[in-house]
Amino acid sequence: MSYFGDIYKGIKTLLTGMSVTGKYFLTSRKGAITQQYPDNRETLKMFERFRGEVVMPHDENNEHRCTGCQKCELACPNGSIEIIWDRQIDPESGKKKKMIDKHIYHLGMCTMCGLCIEACPTDAIVWAQNFENSVYDRSYLTKVLNQPGSKLKAGVEE
Amino acid sequence: MNISLNITKTITELLSGFMPESAANIGAMVTIALIYLAIFAVAGLYLVLLERKVAAWFQLRLGPNRVGPWGLLQTMADALKLVSKELTGTVKADKFLYNLAPYFVIVSSLMALSVFPFTQEFQAFDINIGLFFLIAISSIGVIGILLGGWASNNKFALIGAMRSGVQTISYELSVGLSLLTMVLLTGTLQLSEIIEVQKNGWLIVQGHIPAVIAFMIYMIAGTAETNRAPFDMVEAESELGAGFHTEYSGMKFAYFFLAEFINMFIIAAIATTVFFGGWLSPFGITESIPWLGVFWFIGKTFMLVFLMMWFRWTFPRLRVDQLLTLEWKYLLPLNLLNIVLMALIVWLGFTIQL
Ligand code: SF4
Ligand code: SF4
Repeated sequence: MSYFGDIYKGIKTLLTGMSVTGKYFLTSRKGAITQQYPDNRETLKMFERFRGEVVMPHDENNEHRCTGCQKCELACPNGSIEIIWDRQIDPESGKKKKMIDKHIYHLGMCTMCGLCIEACPTDAIVWAQNFENSVYDRSYLTKVLNQPGSKLKAGVEE
Repeated sequence: MNISLNITKTITELLSGFMPESAANIGAMVTIALIYLAIFAVAGLYLVLLERKVAAWFQLRLGPNRVGPWGLLQTMADALKLVSKELTGTVKADKFLYNLAPYFVIVSSLMALSVFPFTQEFQAFDINIGLFFLIAISSIGVIGILLGGWASNNKFALIGAMRSGVQTISYELSVGLSLLTMVLLTGTLQLSEIIEVQKNGWLIVQGHIPAVIAFMIYMIAGTAETNRAPFDMVEAESELGAGFHTEYSGMKFAYFFLAEFINMFIIAAIATTVFFGGWLSPFGITESIPWLGVFWFIGKTFMLVFLMMWFRWTFPRLRVDQLLTLEWKYLLPLNLLNIVLMALIVWLGFTIQL
């Protein structure tokens, strides 16, 4: 009897599937997930996990959390990050210390894999939610993430 | 209101006013062919739009909505784009067959349209073997697909075409047998008479259980005949690129594409005619206004087209072996049983007459 049992089960599962999609069809007018992009350019907010580009947040004192450890540079599979660093005398403690000069990020090469962000031990870099990254000259895609004159936030290294 | 829709006769009479009879006959045929061509080219384009809209709604999207109000001109724009595109081809293609294939497909699907009675009068060609003609014509299209796949000298195209052959030959049986089940009830193959029989209740009501089973089998096999998902192994994008029409571009591709949608319309229209009373209105509510039949016919057909779209956007694609198992182990034996059942019901007079 499993022959007819199979037919019954087959029809039942097909109908279950159709009822699921049918419900979606009926509610689609209210819940369309489409973003009509150029129209809602002003109001469009990307969702939390969207990967726009890698940025380094700075606080109000122009301080970031990057220690210059280069872990992100090593983690990046295609060499999109270059860190130019230097040993300088820390004005507070008077010791010689590794500090970043420039955290260079090549957006044009980045595959948005997120490995650099996972590798960073101090959470100095994060994803930005911007989505309009097109420019007229590719040299604009090479960005320096730390702002000029910025310095390491105190206490990050402990 | 009295609109004469008996187009063949009207046009023949009109033309024979100033032409010898044989010329008038040919003239009438050409005129009707052109009218049908124009109507169904546009209808095909709008079916594409409908498909895209329905697909969007099933997936919680909006669908095309930029060109024209609610995107109504989108497929027109697409057609214009396809017309203006370059016709590319492979160097080693068999040029003659390669160019012939799209016409084969589109012509065979347009030919089938000629026998449908859209209303009592609006029927281009009422032959006494209408249903048989439809089944025959709708399977010619596969030759075009095989030719296209073979001649374009591309492995994917060839695999797609061969799958299409396997599929259409298998499912042709089920389409034929399920329609035959209904022919037992009507006792005629002529489409206009099949509708005449249904004045006592649509065949799906008259034939009750076996008719419903036949309808289900017909819809499954019909979807397979049109090579649409879940039976679209012919073009299975993820495996074969675009299957048999991988190497076609521009208008030749558009012919294949249009043929798919017209075929879908044809399958739905056959089901409308054979199971759901064609142009007859439910309970005869608009019997006094015969030209409303077009509305009912198109309405029913679009309900069935929608059903096929619903299938497409719900079910995953079958494997080749699953496809053949479904046909040869399930649909075909059930169909044969169903025919016997229907014969018994007709013999013993258990049909429901309203
Ligand atoms: S997201 Fe990936 S590719 Fe981009 S910079 Fe980070 S590690 Fe490199
Ligand atoms: S961004 Fe993070 S991982 Fe990269 S150098 Fe700075 S602290 Fe190290």
